[in-house]
Amino acid sequence: MIQFCHIKTSLLATTLFLCSCFGAVVLAQEALEKAPPLPAGMTGSNPNDPRSKLSPGLFDAGETSMGIKHVTLLRKPDAFQLGVDPNGPKVEKALTALGVPPGAQIPATVKMSFAGLAFANSDLAFQGNHVFLGNFYGINIYDIADRNNAKLVTSMLCPGGQGDVSVYKNLLFMSVEMANGRLDCGEQGFPPPPPPSAGQPQQALPAASKDRFRGVRIFDISDIRNPKQVGAVQTCRGSHTHTLVTDPKDKANIYVYVSGTSFVRQNEEMAGCSGGTPDKDPNTALFRIDVIKVPLAEPQNAKIVSSPRIFEDPKTGAINSLTSGATHGTGRPAETDQCHDITVYPEIGLAAGACSGNGILLDIKDPANPKRIEAVNDPNYAYWHSASFSNDGKKVVFTDEWGGGMGARCRETDPNVWGANAVFNLDGGKLRFANYYKLPAAQADSENCVAHNGSLVPVPGRDIKIQAWYQGGISMMDFTDPAKPVEIGYFDRGPIDPKMIILAGSWSAYWYNGRIYSSEIARGLDIFELTPTKFLSQNEIDAAKTVQVSALNVQTQERIHWPRQLVVAKAYIDQLERSNGLLAGQIASLRKSIETAEGSKSASDLNALKKHAAVIEKGARSSKNATDAARLKALAEILKQPAL
Amino acid sequence: MIDRATCKLVRLAVGLGLAFACGFPLSAVAQQSDTQPVIVRPGAPGEPTRVLPSTTRAGLPPSSPKDIEFMQGMIMHHAQAVEMVALMDTRTENRELRSLGARISHSQSDEMNFMKRWLLARGESTSMRMSGMGEMAGMDHGQHSMLMPGMLSPKQMDALRKAKGAEFDRLFLAGMIQHHNGALIMVKDLFDTQGAGQDAELFNFTTDVDSGQRAEIRIMQTMLSKKS
Repeated sequence: MIQFCHIKTSLLATTLFLCSCFGAVVLAQEALEKAPPLPAGMTGSNPNDPRSKLSPGLFDAGETSMGIKHVTLLRKPDAFQLGVDPNGPKVEKALTALGVPPGAQIPATVKMSFAGLAFANSDLAFQGNHVFLGNFYGINIYDIADRNNAKLVTSMLCPGGQGDVSVYKNLLFMSVEMANGRLDCGEQGFPPPPPPSAGQPQQALPAASKDRFRGVRIFDISDIRNPKQVGAVQTCRGSHTHTLVTDPKDKANIYVYVSGTSFVRQNEEMAGCSGGTPDKDPNTALFRIDVIKVPLAEPQNAKIVSSPRIFEDPKTGAINSLTSGATHGTGRPAETDQCHDITVYPEIGLAAGACSGNGILLDIKDPANPKRIEAVNDPNYAYWHSASFSNDGKKVVFTDEWGGGMGARCRETDPNVWGANAVFNLDGGKLRFANYYKLPAAQADSENCVAHNGSLVPVPGRDIKIQAWYQGGISMMDFTDPAKPVEIGYFDRGPIDPKMIILAGSWSAYWYNGRIYSSEIARGLDIFELTPTKFLSQNEIDAAKTVQVSALNVQTQERIHWPRQLVVAKAYIDQLERSNGLLAGQIASLRKSIETAEGSKSASDLNALKKHAAVIEKGARSSKNATDAARLKALAEILKQPAL
Repeated sequence: MIDRATCKLVRLAVGLGLAFACGFPLSAVAQQSDTQPVIVRPGAPGEPTRVLPSTTRAGLPPSSPKDIEFMQGMIMHHAQAVEMVALMDTRTENRELRSLGARISHSQSDEMNFMKRWLLARGESTSMRMSGMGEMAGMDHGQHSMLMPGMLSPKQMDALRKAKGAEFDRLFLAGMIQHHNGALIMVKDLFDTQGAGQDAELFNFTTDVDSGQRAEIRIMQTMLSKKS
């Protein structure tokens, strides 16, 4: 997900930062490039929010939250920390250049600024009691069986970034895009040629290497402590992200949609790869995604089966027919030649693609041959980054990663419609814009912040998304009414450093079987629980916890089903109370009947619930509010025959 | 068989830019306790996974002199774009062009800051050292400078400085397209060099430069074709 765009750090910032660390002179002024003023007519983020003035720190930053309780932080393991030798000549040279006295200890944050992205945590996947935390340097696997003692099980080193992960049965998938990726997972990358002997010119050797790997790796994780690489499918542009696509009609294979966003590799390294423009080369590796078919029984035989031209104009045959409508941002593709991420919903046969300049819909009923059926753009969008469907498939939330994730984009002066979510209604294959949602709290100049990855929180009767905003923390958005998305919970830490952006914050925040897991780029794996507020009741949280899945890849959406438990009924009642969808007397009587039935489980008490159901069903038919009508209907269904 | 001495030596040697590879087959080690996390490195497809010592620390891929050269050269390259945009103020009233120019200037300045930080953090100079020429300050020094690909020659810059109105617009667009195409060549050249471009930040940065400049070239080509 990271698209480098703007780093709001300057040479001066670096100097000041280091100086401050070493207690030398600190010039408070102009440490960070000044934010541009808020454009006329726009609204910025709220500087009076409690999240706006949190104290900085790596592991001791100020924290604040609403409706979200921090359970634990499992720090990034040492194997994913740069072993900086403080006496190394390069370190000394760097520090000297920055005016740092010799003999000083290197603080952790400085190591991080050396390492930058190379050891960043990235996306998450889940299966059973295991959490798979991707990293530019490999994958860490955690065991969460013991709720009070989640622990690291396996650190798998395999650099190549970004380490986007998915898991399906005994197979673990990983995206690799960078030039240091090796087929054998080696950390050594590729050596530069030896320096030329005196008087000789530097020889330009070909960079192509049969050992380089850019694409999608496949590991067998039958033994979780001994993952084995069983397949590796090379692609021309590498894999920035990927999405697993199940075919409801074919259980023997799984498909992988590969989104590549970086440079096209040399033809010498992979035959047929060309980065030419469409007019010069109709076979260009730009303007397409790649589809890998993985035979589950023989993952070693996984291969690319198609490279759909999903930006094609079916009338003219031009493969570059989509363009961005962006009116701001800097240097983002005006012509859409890549998807950043694709979310599929196999049950409804649709995918939502966030494709740099556009949001698109794909018909994926034939998974190997996705067909574009809709495309939208938006003047406020700089970079279409990710997408998620509502559970009923009638809404799509897109995100705009304005600034690429490494820039501060949630400042008081950043418009609240830039770098935001955009909620769309989806009806008859058409996307209609409803509204934007952005993290409401202003963040510091030294906090990289923009809309990023999130998942649905399975509260019945509502559309709720928990979402990462990098150093903006995590935010929970209710988009039940797409025209009025609203924040109902948050957690945030102060910046790592007050003066310069050290890449950090939540990359992905996902709900999985009752808890929220957040991939903190610099710090580790955060685990959270929801706590009740006036916006979300304990019953609604408990109802969400009734949904248990065997695995979760957030970009492969599966329909959420709620059991017919009375706690789910109680969640609906709380919602109907909030929306005035039921009369107070009715609510009181219903709650009493449910409590009695839960205690006695007797036939007569269950019968009483059936009587309530009949009345409620009638109410559902006459309700003018579609959301409440659906809640009433679902409530009645449970009351008719609750699972006790 | 664990070559402990080697491991230790390699670990000691780990510093910036030094990667290490030190592992042993799973079968050769007594299984670590199930409660302790295990550190492993898979092999190529079909090859066994190796267990690494619990003291393993991460290393960066090797850096290449080409990486440094690329960043230093790109600072010089970007500086010319900023210089070109600065000429707009007194030479054109074309609002569309001025807005494009502001955007180019903004992003290229931002990127120059990033490149300087990247170089400094690695103990490198932000300007290019050339044999017999002393240090390049990162700005266009007229005939003294070695031009990076696509950079306008002193003669082209002079022509741009002397132009006004529509003629300036045309020269600016043609010049900036040439300039941006040069950046694409520089990026390609970087990745075509053995051992170069493996740094994560450099990789992300160049990916962005590549896609960003391609997009701006297209916009400028459209603007230029409207003019003719």
